[in-house]
Amino acid sequence: MTAHRTQRGGRIDRSRIIRFTFDGTAMSGHSGDTLASALMANGISVVGRSFKYHRPRGIFAAGIDEPNALVTVIRGKLREPNVPATQIEIYDGLTVESQNRFPSLSFDVGAINGLAGNLFAAGFYYKTFMGPVVGPLKGTRFWMFCEQFIRRAAGLGRAGYEADTDRYEKMFAFCDVLVVGSGPAGLAAAQRAAAEGKRVILAEQDGTLGGALRWRSATIDGQPAAEWLDTTEAELRAAGNVTILPRTTVWGYYDDNQFAALERVTDHKSAPAIGEPRHRQWTIRAKDVVLATGAFERPIVFPGNDRPGILLAGAAARYAAQFGTLPGRRVAIFTNNDSAYEAAVALRDAGAEIAAIVDLRAGISPAARDLARQAGGELLLGHAVTNAGGTKRLREIDVQPFAGGTITDRGKRSIVVDCLAVSGGWSPAIHLASQAGAAPVWDEALQAFLPPAPSQRWTGAGAFAGKFSTADALGGEFEVDEAEIDYAPAPVFEIRPAKKSGKSFVDFQHDVTASDIRLANREGFQSVEHLKRYTTLGMATDQGKTSNVPGLAIMAAARGIPISQAGTTRFRPPFSAVSIGSLAADTHGHFKPERLTPMHDWHMQHGARMYSAGLWYRPMIYGAGGETIEQAYVREAAAVRESVGIVDVSTLGKIAVQGPDAGAFLDRVYTNMFSTLPVMKARYGLMLREEGIAFDDGTTWRLGEHEFLMTTTTANAGKVMQHLEYYLDCVWPDLRVHVTSVTDEWAGGAVAGPNARKVLEVCVDGTALDNDALPFMGIVRGEIAGAPVLICRLSFSGELAYEVYCGAGHGTHVWDALMAAGKPFAITPYGLEALGTLRIEKGHVTGAEIDGRTSPRDLYLDWMLSKKKPYIGSAMVDREGLVAEDRVRLVGIVSLDDRPLNGGAHIVERLEDEPRDSIGHITAVCYSPALGKYIGLALVKGGKTRHGQRAHISDPLRNRFGPVEIVSHHFFDPEGSRMHG
Amino acid sequence: MAEYSFFSLLKNAFNGNEDWKPAWRKPEPKPSYDVIVIGGGGHGLSTAYYLAKEHGLTNVAVLEKGYLGSGNIGRNTTIVRSNYLLPDNIRFYEHSLKLWENLSHDLNYNVMFSQRGVLNLAHTPAQMDEHARRGNAMRHEGGDAVLLGREEVAKMVPGLDVSGSARFPVHGGLLQPRAGTARHDAVAWGYARGADRRGVDILENCEVTGFLREGERVVGVTTTRGEIRAKKVAVAVAGSTGRVMKLAGIENLPIESHVLQAFVSESLKPLIDQVVTFGGGHLYVSQSDKGGLVFGGDLDGYNTYAQRGNLPLVEEVMSELLAMFPMLARVRLLRSWGGVMDMSMDGSPIITTGPLPGMYLNCGWCYGGFKATPASGWCFAHTIARDAPHEFNAPFTLDRFHRGILIDEKGSGATPKWH
Amino acid sequence: MLIPCPYCGPRDLSEFTYQGDATRVRPDPGSTDQAAWNAYVYDRVNTAGDHSEFWQHSGGCRAHLRIVRSTLTHEVKSVAYARDSIHERSRA
Repeated sequence: MTAHRTQRGGRIDRSRIIRFTFDGTAMSGHSGDTLASALMANGISVVGRSFKYHRPRGIFAAGIDEPNALVTVIRGKLREPNVPATQIEIYDGLTVESQNRFPSLSFDVGAINGLAGNLFAAGFYYKTFMGPVVGPLKGTRFWMFCEQFIRRAAGLGRAGYEADTDRYEKMFAFCDVLVVGSGPAGLAAAQRAAAEGKRVILAEQDGTLGGALRWRSATIDGQPAAEWLDTTEAELRAAGNVTILPRTTVWGYYDDNQFAALERVTDHKSAPAIGEPRHRQWTIRAKDVVLATGAFERPIVFPGNDRPGILLAGAAARYAAQFGTLPGRRVAIFTNNDSAYEAAVALRDAGAEIAAIVDLRAGISPAARDLARQAGGELLLGHAVTNAGGTKRLREIDVQPFAGGTITDRGKRSIVVDCLAVSGGWSPAIHLASQAGAAPVWDEALQAFLPPAPSQRWTGAGAFAGKFSTADALGGEFEVDEAEIDYAPAPVFEIRPAKKSGKSFVDFQHDVTASDIRLANREGFQSVEHLKRYTTLGMATDQGKTSNVPGLAIMAAARGIPISQAGTTRFRPPFSAVSIGSLAADTHGHFKPERLTPMHDWHMQHGARMYSAGLWYRPMIYGAGGETIEQAYVREAAAVRESVGIVDVSTLGKIAVQGPDAGAFLDRVYTNMFSTLPVMKARYGLMLREEGIAFDDGTTWRLGEHEFLMTTTTANAGKVMQHLEYYLDCVWPDLRVHVTSVTDEWAGGAVAGPNARKVLEVCVDGTALDNDALPFMGIVRGEIAGAPVLICRLSFSGELAYEVYCGAGHGTHVWDALMAAGKPFAITPYGLEALGTLRIEKGHVTGAEIDGRTSPRDLYLDWMLSKKKPYIGSAMVDREGLVAEDRVRLVGIVSLDDRPLNGGAHIVERLEDEPRDSIGHITAVCYSPALGKYIGLALVKGGKTRHGQRAHISDPLRNRFGPVEIVSHHFFDPEGSRMHG
Repeated sequence: MAEYSFFSLLKNAFNGNEDWKPAWRKPEPKPSYDVIVIGGGGHGLSTAYYLAKEHGLTNVAVLEKGYLGSGNIGRNTTIVRSNYLLPDNIRFYEHSLKLWENLSHDLNYNVMFSQRGVLNLAHTPAQMDEHARRGNAMRHEGGDAVLLGREEVAKMVPGLDVSGSARFPVHGGLLQPRAGTARHDAVAWGYARGADRRGVDILENCEVTGFLREGERVVGVTTTRGEIRAKKVAVAVAGSTGRVMKLAGIENLPIESHVLQAFVSESLKPLIDQVVTFGGGHLYVSQSDKGGLVFGGDLDGYNTYAQRGNLPLVEEVMSELLAMFPMLARVRLLRSWGGVMDMSMDGSPIITTGPLPGMYLNCGWCYGGFKATPASGWCFAHTIARDAPHEFNAPFTLDRFHRGILIDEKGSGATPKWH
Repeated sequence: MLIPCPYCGPRDLSEFTYQGDATRVRPDPGSTDQAAWNAYVYDRVNTAGDHSEFWQHSGGCRAHLRIVRSTLTHEVKSVAYARDSIHERSRA
């Protein structure tokens, strides 16, 4: 089809043509192609630009380790940047853009950075941009001026601002054996575990199984590897106890064999099927895991080693054998080990001409010699590639004799090639084992880090464990016919010609060169972590999969120490980049659950504007006919004071406290006494934390000798529940008490106002409601419209008021009945704003005052601190810091300029001082219809001692200043005659 | 040692960068010093720097068990701010911010302090009031703070979900314009180089194994590189505080060690220009100059010394990030890591003389250590040199917990995981 | 982490709430030993190694458990109901 497509072969379906666009140019490939193989088949040599020098870069690898060929995938308005072309399975309509280039991939002005390469060496940014010490650019200004340009030049792909509308989902799985990787080692392990009847999950990051069996030539039990793969895959699929997850990368190894895996469900499809998520995040708990994650090939570092057309030898073989595409027509091999000879044969078999095999070693194994003969081309043992020419496509390589680490100029020659396949040895993919929590071990023979001794339950197999041959990977139970090559490389990582002839890249994506590493050494950044952080080696999107070991080796050589002493960095999750959407999964677009009271629909139908309080939604106001918020709450609050109102209090925390020691328990939990509370009576209670700081308040009702119903604030319901459970389980297990959260079991409405009793009298059956039958803080049981209710006469508003509770399922029914009964009294539903207004007028505290820093004395609640018994916090509440004179304490304030006050404004004695000395702050504000003034509560140093004093509010953020009077926080009816009446 | 400048860069570029000298020496330990600072992290190094610079104490050694800057100085989300609520905190962190503003000059090392602003979102009117209270407190202490409405926030932060249909719709936010981010490693290296240039010995791979005592008094340490004596021994080891202090026989401290995870995405062209924090949960995000989104959330929530996090917290953090920025679902997480935090019982630090004679303690930084680096070292150096705290760190005593003089910014009480 | 709840069986970390150091002993409720109270509320051994601690199975049976867990590796060494271990302590 094209110059680079082979005539036949490969695991692609040549009968299926797939069309895609790259930078707007229409191209085609076959089913089974990755974007990388399809671009290669289309003769594209430059796919991306590097991070710093904007060098033209081609395809370097064939898998997740690809450092160069990163693209942005575009679907409609959505952009996914930085995707390796090697990881994209092409589909009809695939649209990709190259990135980090301006104006175009072939001409990029950023490449000018390359001319000043020595200037932009490691540490560049730390040594300049400090700017002048004086003048308009002092401080951080000069740096920030430069930074905006640096920021724009840096970065790779461009993400969009368009919200991602795709769906992501989460899946939990459990298995006896998780097998990570489906190369020969993984397949054999899965087969064995399946045969033993174990529940197996086999995860493979690619779209097809088989790993190297898809491109390496071997015969297994008489079958060609590819056929054996197909048979084995069919067997595993037929087994009932094996789950195969293709396109699934196991990226995290967490505590107790918990694995995180990303399944890319529809990235390879033009359009997802109905209901399919884009990605699925798997959380897998495995009894045992087999790590068969293979190995990454390493490059050799030499001048010009980043030219497009230079790629890893194993990748070159893979393109030829698996994808039926050639990375070049005339290919040279450059290697320090035998494995590249297999690649040479694969390339040759696919139709490439092998110009030369350049091997750093003077001697090679007989098997390698055989392979060299098969591949053809010149065999240059004891030679090195010392330079590569060609900007957008490799043109030629320089080859020189190499012996004992030295390069000789005599015998230097150039070879014209359009592709160089490089192998610097293999690094086992030990990332997951390292995440599991142990340091890898350097193996001198294999010149590689091998996995550590397991710190969690895992076993290793195949190349992961340094067993590179197919026979070793399969585990010895199979008859394998393959070339018996030696995988131990010559310990050479870098070729350094005496005359410097260009940049030698170690980390391709981040443009970290061998000189940068030596500069880091010179400047003392020698530890492997310093090296990484100072040069950014291994910090790019490929996380150093090809560069870590060469970088480390170059540093070790510079320091004159063995690699084993240079140490290695610890790998951390994720193994490869994971979409943030998949990690959020179902919460993407559905961040948190919504809690709605039983009467929610009623509120919505009656014009409520809702307020979110934690997870709850509560009516803020019921806006009638274009009222402002202030008009609405003033109307609602006034209705309560004048006639009657009703408010939904279902969100209050409700905890059933039951058992023979319930009273004694509450005596310890609350600062005041509850064991003496008569049955069918309620009491207001205050809880402290152990430190003596106020924690929560609310009323608790005694429903029986051994039964209490505790109410908490909405915000603290969960915390109080946990608090009680902690003390019962961990501190006082001897107390015979059981606590149960019943918040959701009850619907509650508070009916408040001078006409509250009259409303109830209309609709409540089965109980009297007069002062004797239901005194203040009394409780009765009755019925409303046939539904059983519990009524407690208590008041937050300061009016005659009743809290009416019924089963949650009856909530709206009872509410409707109360509304109907209240109609003659113009009963007014009121929201949080009016509730707040009424409580401010009464000086009751809520979360704004019980803010986790205030003591009961600060709130003038010391009258609630029992002297007769210990309680949580009693031992700590009198410490010097909690009784100090300068603490802020609760007061009321009245606006003296008849303008609204703001919560969060500060209080100062004088406005003239600069800076002004804050003596406290406003916690809550309202317009008080009862007083006809703007009032508020505040926490002010000195508290009561300032009553009657004038002060000022200082609210520079909202530019509000003005005089206030500090008064008692009991603004309205301080004697409480209205609620007792 | 040569000054760093654009001209020195140019000169060296022509010489093939062969003439650069080590950023700090790697000396052998001397038998004794005036001051030993245990901990070669940000705070230890800045302490040494200010001991030399402000107090003329140069016979000083910094002892680091691993490589310099291996702890939390290189494991944080790089945020620098002073937007605190309580006056004691505002004064201290405002002093720190002022030191930050001139730090690159002071150190002759570009720490890339970028005053791009920190924006705390508010999602309810009550949260707006809380932010106003904090912003007003900052303004009353001489700091900078601006309250923004929803429209202003929307304009400033494209991509932020400000719609009414968000689970926690944005009402507005508190902006501290002078706050921002810095390059974390550069801070460690800059202080190390600065201290070294003033004569301080920085001793890496020098783990303290015990304390030398004469009676009660601490007179030096034993280390993996031998015994070193000192007139004064200062401890600034963050997450390792419990372990090191046990070597001195201090078994109990108002500290728990917890792990905090941090995250970075792949590198992207500029997307988010400020540091933005979520008010519907706990999340902070900014974009580094290299283009990675750097973000974090809550602690994992249990005692640990392992620098490894767990998965549920990862998922919670990502959920919060997407609740703010729904476009980031397609962006990819590149790296995560864990740092061990010395969580104190009121969420505020301890910088003090004692608890033993001859000893000085700096710990309890919770999440807040990075931004505090300059002021922490500055105040600790003062405390060591003068044997008394500076007014900026006077409130941060060790005995404040027992005495009930708490500096509880969040009001969470003696439950470290909530701070 | 995987925590073996004695009531529910092994369950994931996400179902549990950490409830802190279990080695602290709360003084007798009526105790007036201020130093003991201060130590109980504020001081922690902060063990690097096997740490005795409370966890609540808040997303399950809601029992508090006393767990010994390594703070260096997160390995759970032992689990028991908090109630039982408190009873044992009070008997001892």
